[in-house]
Amino acid sequence: MDFRTPLAKALGLGSAKTGTSHWWMQRVTAVALVPLSLPLLTLTKLCLNAPYRDTVSWLAEPFNTVCIMAWLLAVFYHAALGLQVVIEDYVPKEDTKIIAILAVNLSFLFLALAALLAVLRITLIG
Amino acid sequence: MAEFTLPKNSVVTEGKTFKAPADAKNVRRFEVYRWDPDSGENPRVDSYELDLDDCGPMVLDAILKIKNDIDSTLTFRRSCREGVCGSCAMNVNGKNTLACTKAIDSYPGTIKIYPLPHMAVVKDLVPDMTHFYAQYASIKPWIATQTPAPSDSERLQSKEDRAKLDGLYECVLCACCSTSCPSYWWNSERYLGPAVLLQAYRWLADSRDENTGARLDELEDPFKLYRCHTIMNCTDTCPKGLNPAKAIAETKKMLVKRQ
Repeated sequence: MDFRTPLAKALGLGSAKTGTSHWWMQRVTAVALVPLSLPLLTLTKLCLNAPYRDTVSWLAEPFNTVCIMAWLLAVFYHAALGLQVVIEDYVPKEDTKIIAILAVNLSFLFLALAALLAVLRITLIG
Repeated sequence: MAEFTLPKNSVVTEGKTFKAPADAKNVRRFEVYRWDPDSGENPRVDSYELDLDDCGPMVLDAILKIKNDIDSTLTFRRSCREGVCGSCAMNVNGKNTLACTKAIDSYPGTIKIYPLPHMAVVKDLVPDMTHFYAQYASIKPWIATQTPAPSDSERLQSKEDRAKLDGLYECVLCACCSTSCPSYWWNSERYLGPAVLLQAYRWLADSRDENTGARLDELEDPFKLYRCHTIMNCTDTCPKGLNPAKAIAETKKMLVKRQ
Protein backbone atom coordinates (compact mmCIF):
# COMPACT_ATOMS: atom_id res chain seq x y z
CA MET A 1 0.00 0.00 0.00
CA ASP A 2 1.21 3.49 -0.83
CA PHE A 3 -0.01 5.87 1.84
CA ARG A 4 1.74 8.94 0.42
CA THR A 5 -0.65 11.79 -0.33
CA PRO A 6 -1.26 12.82 -3.96
CA LEU A 7 0.61 16.08 -3.25
CA ALA A 8 3.65 14.20 -1.91
CA LYS A 9 3.69 12.15 -5.12
CA ALA A 10 3.33 15.24 -7.30
CA LEU A 11 6.15 17.03 -5.46
CA GLY A 12 8.38 13.95 -5.72
CA LEU A 13 12.04 14.72 -5.06
CA GLY A 14 11.53 18.38 -5.92
CA SER A 15 13.12 20.47 -8.64
CA ALA A 16 16.55 19.54 -10.01
CA LYS A 17 17.19 23.28 -10.59
CA THR A 18 18.85 22.51 -13.92
CA GLY A 19 17.67 22.16 -17.47
CA THR A 20 17.77 25.74 -18.67
CA SER A 21 21.35 25.63 -19.99
CA HIS A 22 20.64 22.24 -21.64
CA TRP A 23 17.58 23.68 -23.38
CA TRP A 24 19.34 26.94 -24.26
CA MET A 25 22.49 25.28 -25.65
CA GLN A 26 20.30 23.04 -27.84
CA ARG A 27 18.87 26.21 -29.43
CA VAL A 28 22.24 27.99 -29.61
CA THR A 29 23.95 25.05 -31.35
CA ALA A 30 20.98 24.67 -33.72
CA VAL A 31 21.28 28.31 -34.81
CA ALA A 32 25.10 28.12 -34.96
CA LEU A 33 24.87 25.11 -37.28
CA VAL A 34 23.05 27.15 -39.94
CA PRO A 35 26.06 29.34 -40.96
CA LEU A 36 28.56 26.61 -40.06
CA SER A 37 26.93 24.24 -42.53
CA LEU A 38 27.88 26.46 -45.49
CA PRO A 39 31.64 25.61 -45.39
CA LEU A 40 30.62 21.99 -44.77
CA LEU A 41 28.67 22.04 -48.06
CA THR A 42 31.80 23.31 -49.82
CA LEU A 43 33.86 20.54 -48.21
CA THR A 44 31.31 17.88 -49.19
CA LYS A 45 31.35 19.17 -52.76
CA LEU A 46 35.16 18.99 -52.83
CA CYS A 47 35.15 15.51 -51.31
CA LEU A 48 32.82 14.27 -54.04
CA ASN A 49 34.32 16.08 -57.06
CA ALA A 50 37.85 17.39 -56.45
CA PRO A 51 41.13 15.49 -56.19
CA TYR A 52 42.39 14.61 -52.69
CA ARG A 53 45.18 17.21 -52.84
CA ASP A 54 42.76 20.09 -53.64
CA THR A 55 40.39 19.02 -50.89
CA VAL A 56 43.15 18.88 -48.29
CA SER A 57 44.60 22.23 -49.34
CA TRP A 58 41.12 23.82 -49.04
CA LEU A 59 40.71 22.27 -45.60
CA ALA A 60 44.21 23.40 -44.56
CA GLU A 61 43.25 27.07 -44.98
CA PRO A 62 43.09 28.20 -41.30
CA PHE A 63 39.62 29.77 -41.63
CA ASN A 64 38.23 26.61 -43.24
CA THR A 65 39.91 24.33 -40.65
CA VAL A 66 38.37 26.34 -37.82
CA CYS A 67 34.93 26.40 -39.49
CA ILE A 68 34.90 22.63 -39.99
CA MET A 69 36.16 21.96 -36.45
CA ALA A 70 33.54 24.34 -35.06
CA TRP A 71 30.89 22.51 -37.12
CA LEU A 72 32.07 19.18 -35.71
CA LEU A 73 31.96 20.46 -32.12
CA ALA A 74 28.52 22.03 -32.59
CA VAL A 75 27.03 19.03 -34.36
CA PHE A 76 28.21 16.43 -31.84
CA TYR A 77 27.22 18.63 -28.90
CA HIS A 78 23.81 19.26 -30.47
CA ALA A 79 23.33 15.54 -31.19
CA ALA A 80 24.26 14.55 -27.63
CA LEU A 81 21.88 17.14 -26.13
CA GLY A 82 19.06 16.04 -28.43
CA LEU A 83 19.51 12.33 -27.92
CA GLN A 84 19.59 12.83 -24.15
CA VAL A 85 16.14 14.43 -24.36
CA VAL A 86 14.85 11.49 -26.42
CA ILE A 87 16.17 9.03 -23.81
CA GLU A 88 14.62 11.02 -20.96
CA ASP A 89 11.31 11.00 -22.83
CA TYR A 90 11.11 7.30 -23.59
CA VAL A 91 13.22 5.39 -21.04
CA PRO A 92 11.23 5.22 -17.82
CA LYS A 93 13.57 3.10 -15.66
CA GLU A 94 15.96 5.33 -13.74
CA ASP A 95 19.06 3.08 -13.89
CA THR A 96 18.65 2.26 -17.60
CA LYS A 97 18.13 5.95 -18.26
CA ILE A 98 21.34 7.02 -16.49
CA ILE A 99 23.41 4.35 -18.27
CA ALA A 100 21.90 5.21 -21.67
CA ILE A 101 22.55 8.95 -21.23
CA LEU A 102 26.14 8.36 -20.13
CA ALA A 103 26.73 5.98 -23.04
CA VAL A 104 25.33 8.48 -25.54
CA ASN A 105 27.33 11.41 -24.17
CA LEU A 106 30.59 9.47 -24.01
CA SER A 107 30.05 8.03 -27.52
CA PHE A 108 29.55 11.49 -28.98
CA LEU A 109 32.57 12.82 -27.08
CA PHE A 110 34.64 9.95 -28.51
CA LEU A 111 33.34 10.59 -32.03
CA ALA A 112 33.98 14.32 -31.72
CA LEU A 113 37.59 13.72 -30.59
CA ALA A 114 38.16 11.25 -33.42
CA ALA A 115 36.75 13.67 -36.00
CA LEU A 116 38.82 16.60 -34.70
CA LEU A 117 41.95 14.47 -34.73
CA ALA A 118 41.23 13.43 -38.32
CA VAL A 119 40.89 17.07 -39.41
CA LEU A 120 44.11 18.05 -37.63
CA ARG A 121 46.03 15.10 -39.06
CA ILE A 122 45.16 15.70 -42.70
CA THR A 123 45.57 19.46 -42.43
CA LEU A 124 48.86 19.44 -40.49
CA ILE A 125 50.46 16.29 -41.88
CA GLY A 126 48.71 16.15 -45.24
CA MET B 1 5.96 5.24 -21.10
CA ALA B 2 4.85 4.37 -24.61
CA GLU B 3 3.08 1.03 -24.89
CA PHE B 4 2.34 -0.26 -28.33
CA THR B 5 -0.26 -2.87 -27.46
CA LEU B 6 -3.14 -2.55 -25.03
CA PRO B 7 -3.16 -4.82 -21.98
CA LYS B 8 -5.75 -7.63 -22.42
CA ASN B 9 -8.24 -6.08 -20.01
CA SER B 10 -8.14 -2.73 -21.85
CA VAL B 11 -9.09 -3.97 -25.31
CA VAL B 12 -12.30 -2.18 -26.25
CA THR B 13 -15.14 -4.42 -27.41
CA GLU B 14 -18.35 -3.66 -29.28
CA GLY B 15 -21.27 -2.97 -26.95
CA LYS B 16 -25.01 -2.57 -27.21
CA THR B 17 -26.86 -0.50 -29.82
CA PHE B 18 -29.85 1.59 -28.82
CA LYS B 19 -32.00 2.34 -31.90
CA ALA B 20 -33.71 5.67 -32.47
CA PRO B 21 -37.52 5.84 -32.21
CA ALA B 22 -39.16 4.63 -35.45
CA ASP B 23 -40.67 8.04 -36.26
CA ALA B 24 -37.38 9.94 -35.80
CA LYS B 25 -36.39 12.00 -38.86
CA ASN B 26 -33.11 13.61 -37.80
CA VAL B 27 -31.09 10.66 -36.47
CA ARG B 28 -27.50 10.91 -35.32
CA ARG B 29 -25.39 8.05 -33.99
CA PHE B 30 -23.27 8.49 -30.84
CA GLU B 31 -20.65 5.88 -29.98
CA VAL B 32 -19.71 6.16 -26.32
CA TYR B 33 -16.88 4.48 -24.37
CA ARG B 34 -18.23 2.48 -21.45
CA TRP B 35 -16.32 0.81 -18.63
CA ASP B 36 -17.67 -0.41 -15.32
CA PRO B 37 -14.99 -1.23 -12.71
CA ASP B 38 -17.40 -3.51 -10.82
CA SER B 39 -18.36 -5.77 -13.72
CA GLY B 40 -14.87 -7.16 -14.38
CA GLU B 41 -15.58 -6.87 -18.11
CA ASN B 42 -13.47 -5.15 -20.74
CA PRO B 43 -14.42 -1.65 -21.81
CA ARG B 44 -16.95 -1.49 -24.66
CA VAL B 45 -18.38 1.07 -27.04
CA ASP B 46 -22.16 1.45 -26.85
CA SER B 47 -24.03 3.05 -29.75
CA TYR B 48 -26.95 5.36 -29.22
CA GLU B 49 -29.10 6.69 -32.05
CA LEU B 50 -30.67 9.99 -31.08
CA ASP B 51 -33.42 12.03 -32.71
CA LEU B 52 -31.73 15.45 -32.90
CA ASP B 53 -35.14 17.13 -33.30
CA ASP B 54 -35.79 16.05 -29.73
CA CYS B 55 -32.37 16.98 -28.30
CA GLY B 56 -30.43 20.14 -27.38
CA PRO B 57 -27.73 21.47 -29.71
CA MET B 58 -24.55 20.58 -27.80
CA VAL B 59 -22.71 17.29 -27.36
CA LEU B 60 -23.44 17.51 -23.63
CA ASP B 61 -27.16 17.78 -24.43
CA ALA B 62 -26.89 14.50 -26.33
CA ILE B 63 -25.11 12.80 -23.43
CA LEU B 64 -27.73 14.11 -20.98
CA LYS B 65 -30.47 12.90 -23.34
CA ILE B 66 -28.89 9.43 -23.30
CA LYS B 67 -28.64 9.42 -19.51
CA ASN B 68 -32.16 10.79 -18.90
CA ASP B 69 -34.15 8.91 -21.54
CA ILE B 70 -32.18 5.91 -22.84
CA ASP B 71 -29.51 4.52 -20.52
CA SER B 72 -29.25 5.87 -16.97
CA THR B 73 -26.08 3.85 -16.30
CA LEU B 74 -23.94 6.23 -18.41
CA THR B 75 -21.54 8.01 -16.07
CA PHE B 76 -19.91 11.40 -16.75
CA ARG B 77 -19.08 14.70 -15.05
CA ARG B 78 -20.93 17.89 -15.86
CA SER B 79 -22.00 20.98 -14.00
CA CYS B 80 -22.27 24.47 -15.49
CA ARG B 81 -23.15 23.57 -19.12
CA GLU B 82 -21.51 26.79 -20.34
CA GLY B 83 -17.75 26.18 -20.43
CA VAL B 84 -16.94 27.70 -17.06
CA CYS B 85 -16.52 24.71 -14.75
CA GLY B 86 -14.43 22.42 -16.96
CA SER B 87 -16.15 19.26 -15.70
CA CYS B 88 -17.35 17.80 -19.00
CA ALA B 89 -13.92 17.62 -20.67
CA MET B 90 -13.82 14.53 -22.88
CA ASN B 91 -12.48 13.27 -26.17
CA VAL B 92 -15.00 13.86 -28.95
CA ASN B 93 -14.12 12.51 -32.40
CA GLY B 94 -10.47 12.28 -31.47
CA LYS B 95 -10.05 15.75 -29.98
CA ASN B 96 -10.34 16.83 -26.37
CA THR B 97 -13.01 19.42 -25.77
CA LEU B 98 -15.76 20.54 -23.42
CA ALA B 99 -18.92 18.68 -24.40
CA CYS B 100 -21.05 21.61 -23.27
CA THR B 101 -19.57 24.18 -25.66
CA LYS B 102 -19.19 21.89 -28.68
CA ALA B 103 -22.15 21.83 -31.07
CA ILE B 104 -23.32 18.49 -32.42
CA ASP B 105 -23.60 20.22 -35.81
CA SER B 106 -19.85 20.89 -35.87
CA TYR B 107 -19.33 17.18 -36.62
CA PRO B 108 -20.48 15.55 -39.87
CA GLY B 109 -21.53 11.96 -39.03
CA THR B 110 -21.25 9.57 -36.13
CA ILE B 111 -19.88 11.18 -32.98
CA LYS B 112 -17.41 9.11 -30.96
CA ILE B 113 -17.07 10.03 -27.30
CA TYR B 114 -14.20 8.77 -25.11
CA PRO B 115 -12.78 9.85 -21.75
CA LEU B 116 -9.72 12.14 -21.69
CA PRO B 117 -6.80 10.17 -23.16
CA HIS B 118 -4.12 8.42 -21.10
CA MET B 119 -5.83 8.95 -17.76
CA ALA B 120 -6.90 6.16 -15.44
CA VAL B 121 -10.65 5.71 -15.90
CA VAL B 122 -12.87 5.69 -12.82
CA LYS B 123 -16.00 4.77 -14.79
CA ASP B 124 -17.23 5.42 -18.36
CA LEU B 125 -16.28 9.03 -19.19
CA VAL B 126 -14.93 9.89 -15.73
CA PRO B 127 -11.11 10.02 -15.52
CA ASP B 128 -9.12 10.05 -12.27
CA MET B 129 -7.93 13.68 -11.89
CA THR B 130 -6.21 13.21 -8.50
CA HIS B 131 -2.63 13.56 -9.75
CA PHE B 132 -3.53 16.46 -12.07
CA TYR B 133 -5.03 18.42 -9.16
CA ALA B 134 -2.08 17.53 -6.90
CA GLN B 135 0.29 18.88 -9.56
CA TYR B 136 -1.80 22.06 -9.62
CA ALA B 137 -1.51 22.37 -5.83
CA SER B 138 2.26 21.78 -6.06
CA ILE B 139 2.85 25.06 -7.94
CA LYS B 140 1.21 27.05 -5.10
CA PRO B 141 -1.45 28.74 -7.23
CA TRP B 142 -2.02 31.70 -4.94
CA ILE B 143 -0.38 35.09 -4.45
CA ALA B 144 2.77 35.10 -2.29
CA THR B 145 4.09 38.39 -0.91
CA GLN B 146 6.43 39.70 1.77
CA THR B 147 5.12 43.24 1.72
CA PRO B 148 1.97 43.47 3.86
CA ALA B 149 -1.19 44.49 2.00
CA PRO B 150 -1.95 48.24 2.20
CA SER B 151 -4.17 48.76 5.22
CA ASP B 152 -6.65 51.00 3.43
CA SER B 153 -6.82 49.51 -0.06
CA GLU B 154 -6.25 46.44 -2.17
CA ARG B 155 -2.89 45.62 -3.81
CA LEU B 156 -2.85 47.85 -6.87
CA GLN B 157 -2.02 46.82 -10.39
CA SER B 158 -1.76 48.99 -13.52
CA LYS B 159 -4.10 48.32 -16.42
CA GLU B 160 -1.09 47.22 -18.48
CA ASP B 161 0.01 44.72 -15.83
CA ARG B 162 -3.54 43.44 -15.46
CA ALA B 163 -3.67 42.90 -19.24
CA LYS B 164 -0.74 40.47 -18.91
CA LEU B 165 -3.08 38.05 -17.14
CA ASP B 166 -5.52 37.96 -20.06
CA GLY B 167 -5.33 34.58 -21.75
CA LEU B 168 -4.16 33.03 -18.48
CA TYR B 169 -6.89 33.66 -15.89
CA GLU B 170 -9.58 32.20 -18.16
CA CYS B 171 -8.19 28.65 -17.79
CA VAL B 172 -10.79 26.40 -16.11
CA LEU B 173 -8.42 23.46 -15.51
CA CYS B 174 -10.46 21.07 -17.62
CA ALA B 175 -7.21 19.17 -18.50
CA CYS B 176 -8.04 19.00 -22.22
CA CYS B 177 -4.56 20.35 -23.01
CA SER B 178 -2.53 18.23 -20.59
CA THR B 179 -4.23 15.01 -21.66
CA SER B 180 -3.66 15.82 -25.34
CA CYS B 181 0.10 16.22 -24.79
CA PRO B 182 2.25 13.18 -25.71
CA SER B 183 4.95 14.36 -23.31
CA TYR B 184 2.35 14.34 -20.52
CA TRP B 185 1.23 10.86 -21.60
CA TRP B 186 4.75 9.44 -21.29
CA ASN B 187 5.97 11.37 -18.25
CA SER B 188 3.01 12.69 -16.27
CA GLU B 189 4.51 11.49 -12.97
CA ARG B 190 7.07 14.29 -13.24
CA TYR B 191 6.11 16.58 -16.14
CA LEU B 192 3.62 19.18 -14.94
CA GLY B 193 1.82 19.42 -18.29
CA PRO B 194 0.50 22.47 -20.16
CA ALA B 195 -2.48 23.25 -17.91
CA VAL B 196 -0.45 23.41 -14.70
CA LEU B 197 2.42 25.24 -16.42
CA LEU B 198 -0.03 27.84 -17.77
CA GLN B 199 -1.33 28.28 -14.23
CA ALA B 200 2.25 28.56 -12.94
CA TYR B 201 2.94 31.29 -15.51
CA ARG B 202 -0.27 33.06 -14.47
CA TRP B 203 1.49 33.73 -11.12
CA LEU B 204 4.87 34.48 -12.73
CA ALA B 205 3.12 37.11 -14.85
CA ASP B 206 1.26 38.70 -11.93
CA SER B 207 2.85 42.06 -11.06
CA ARG B 208 1.59 41.80 -7.45
CA ASP B 209 3.36 38.51 -6.70
CA GLU B 210 6.70 38.70 -4.85
CA ASN B 211 7.70 35.07 -5.22
CA THR B 212 8.83 34.96 -8.86
CA GLY B 213 12.36 33.74 -8.15
CA ALA B 214 11.25 30.86 -5.95
CA ARG B 215 8.54 29.92 -8.45
CA LEU B 216 11.14 29.79 -11.25
CA ASP B 217 13.45 27.73 -9.00
CA GLU B 218 10.68 25.17 -8.54
CA LEU B 219 9.96 24.97 -12.28
CA GLU B 220 13.58 24.75 -13.43
CA ASP B 221 13.74 21.01 -13.88
CA PRO B 222 14.34 18.74 -16.89
CA PHE B 223 11.03 17.01 -16.21
CA LYS B 224 8.66 19.48 -14.52
CA LEU B 225 9.09 22.07 -17.30
CA TYR B 226 11.49 20.97 -20.03
CA ARG B 227 9.48 17.94 -21.18
CA CYS B 228 7.57 20.50 -23.27
CA HIS B 229 8.82 20.00 -26.83
CA THR B 230 6.43 22.56 -28.36
CA ILE B 231 4.23 19.87 -29.88
CA MET B 232 1.38 22.44 -29.67
CA ASN B 233 -1.46 19.93 -29.14
CA CYS B 234 -2.32 21.94 -26.01
CA THR B 235 -2.98 25.15 -27.90
CA ASP B 236 -4.71 23.30 -30.71
CA THR B 237 -7.18 21.56 -28.41
CA CYS B 238 -7.90 24.22 -25.73
CA PRO B 239 -11.71 24.65 -25.70
CA LYS B 240 -11.27 28.14 -24.24
CA GLY B 241 -8.97 29.28 -27.06
CA LEU B 242 -5.99 29.81 -24.74
CA ASN B 243 -2.32 29.27 -25.59
CA PRO B 244 -0.55 27.14 -22.94
CA ALA B 245 2.43 26.62 -25.31
CA LYS B 246 3.07 30.37 -25.30
CA ALA B 247 2.86 30.50 -21.49
CA ILE B 248 5.47 27.72 -21.32
CA ALA B 249 7.68 29.54 -23.84
CA GLU B 250 7.43 32.74 -21.76
CA THR B 251 8.46 30.76 -18.66
CA LYS B 252 11.51 29.39 -20.52
CA LYS B 253 12.36 32.94 -21.64
CA MET B 254 12.25 34.13 -18.00
CA LEU B 255 14.59 31.31 -17.00
CA VAL B 256 17.09 32.21 -19.76
CA LYS B 257 16.81 35.89 -18.84
CA ARG B 258 17.82 35.35 -15.21
CA GLN B 259 20.86 33.18 -16.05
